[in-house]
Amino acid sequence: MTINILDEIKRDYVRDLAMHGGRTDGRAMDAFRPISVEPGVITSAEGSARVKLGKSQVIAGIKLGVGSPFPDRPKEGVLSTNAEFLPLASPSFESGPPSELSIELARVVDRGIRSANAVDIASLLIDEDTEGKSKVWAVYIDLYVLDHDGNLQDAAGLAAMSAILNVQMPKYEDGKLTLEEKTGPLPSQATAVSCTFGKIGNAILVDPSYEEEVSLDARITMATIPGHICACQKTGMGSFKLEEIDSCMQIALKKGDELRALLKQ
Amino acid sequence: MVGGATTKELIVNGKRLDGRALDELRPIKIEASVLNKADGSAYVEWGKNKVIAGVFGPRECFPRRDVNPYRATLRCRYRMSPFATSDHGRSGPNRRSTELSKVIREAFEGVVLREQFPKTAIDVTVEVLQADGGTRCASLVAVSTALADAGIPMKDLVSAVAVGKINGKLALDLTGVEDNFGDSDIPVAITGRNKEIVLFQMDGVLLPEQISQALKMASAANEHIHALQVDALKLVYESKQAQGGARTGAASEED
Repeated sequence: MTINILDEIKRDYVRDLAMHGGRTDGRAMDAFRPISVEPGVITSAEGSARVKLGKSQVIAGIKLGVGSPFPDRPKEGVLSTNAEFLPLASPSFESGPPSELSIELARVVDRGIRSANAVDIASLLIDEDTEGKSKVWAVYIDLYVLDHDGNLQDAAGLAAMSAILNVQMPKYEDGKLTLEEKTGPLPSQATAVSCTFGKIGNAILVDPSYEEEVSLDARITMATIPGHICACQKTGMGSFKLEEIDSCMQIALKKGDELRALLKQ
Repeated sequence: MVGGATTKELIVNGKRLDGRALDELRPIKIEASVLNKADGSAYVEWGKNKVIAGVFGPRECFPRRDVNPYRATLRCRYRMSPFATSDHGRSGPNRRSTELSKVIREAFEGVVLREQFPKTAIDVTVEVLQADGGTRCASLVAVSTALADAGIPMKDLVSAVAVGKINGKLALDLTGVEDNFGDSDIPVAITGRNKEIVLFQMDGVLLPEQISQALKMASAANEHIHALQVDALKLVYESKQAQGGARTGAASEED
């Protein structure tokens, strides 16, 4: 547990402001920071995107391979999501094995994508073989956190989704994978994006910045597709009331539509 | 889990495969003070789930980097034994157990009165011995009972249960099979008196109204689970009183 003294001092200010409906950067309680989405920033990847959410920055890279399905899902492709909190993103990120924060972030992004079939793993079977030698596409989503200024969860989710939509599938023929030849987009049934809320006292704010994040009681992330919720995760030591979850879901659906519009451009 | 092309009839004539109604819990047995060396412990049998939790502390906090000058550091380890499921699992932490350890810990960080024990550590270990769906909820129930058994002051007891969607319908407390072939899983942990939601996760595709409904189902079921936790703790407390205040049930039996 490292305690950053500046965070400690700012905490009272941030909390007091939030409980009076204000935010340190002057945003409305339900406003995201400015977002930029740049698909295709890494040409060596089959799909990629860089997302800037305020000063937070995440790159998603997607590589495709051909592999064997999981034994209990013999007709489905393999989807694997991983996050790296690079030491250059924050003084509190250390190199070494993945932290619980990066594992959780990747798993929550994965949950939204999987639930929504944003990567349609059911249509990623290449060769069916009754003797257990089936071939399927393996989709590896890697989330690289470059700069941490809060709400990495939504930045990473947006980067992952933008990269999915950016994928050009390589060619696979006669047991040979040719990465240079492209055959079309990755099958996707829906566009999943997430909206994260911070709770300070009784105040609930959208897209917490870094200084808000360190002042929070609790956080909740809700991934959506149009009209539906497709993943949730509450984090942090505080709690939510049922009515608060209800109102967050409505905001998440509305914000989700705004975020999806950004991905269409 | 979600996204599977596989489907299975999980509701026949309005009953589930194990004969339960949609809003019915599996049988739950909770026992407190089941370990000798731990400061507090609990064993939970929940359907075919078998879970044991042990609490050590508040005690000196090592390593130094974990020390918090203002409150006790709560550390939680959730593990599943290699023999808990039909396939042999790898022992040691994995990504799933790391995430679950984190969300279980966070469910209690705001409930345990950690300010009373600055600079110390409270270590919670929960081992899933046998798994059949809903192990994180069974673990939360065991941990909460074990913390209370250790005499650690808390604002409230925490109860937990999952609600899922099977064959298009909301159902309480999914079994392993129901979870595998189901469309959604929503584990919820709620404090007993104030109904604060301290753990909430969800996968699958649901309407907001369905999630609200699921939370209400979980809240109602948690009242029953909370009562079982209180009963288990009372039983231990009363037997200790009868034996003149021996610290743990197991120790006093050996004496």
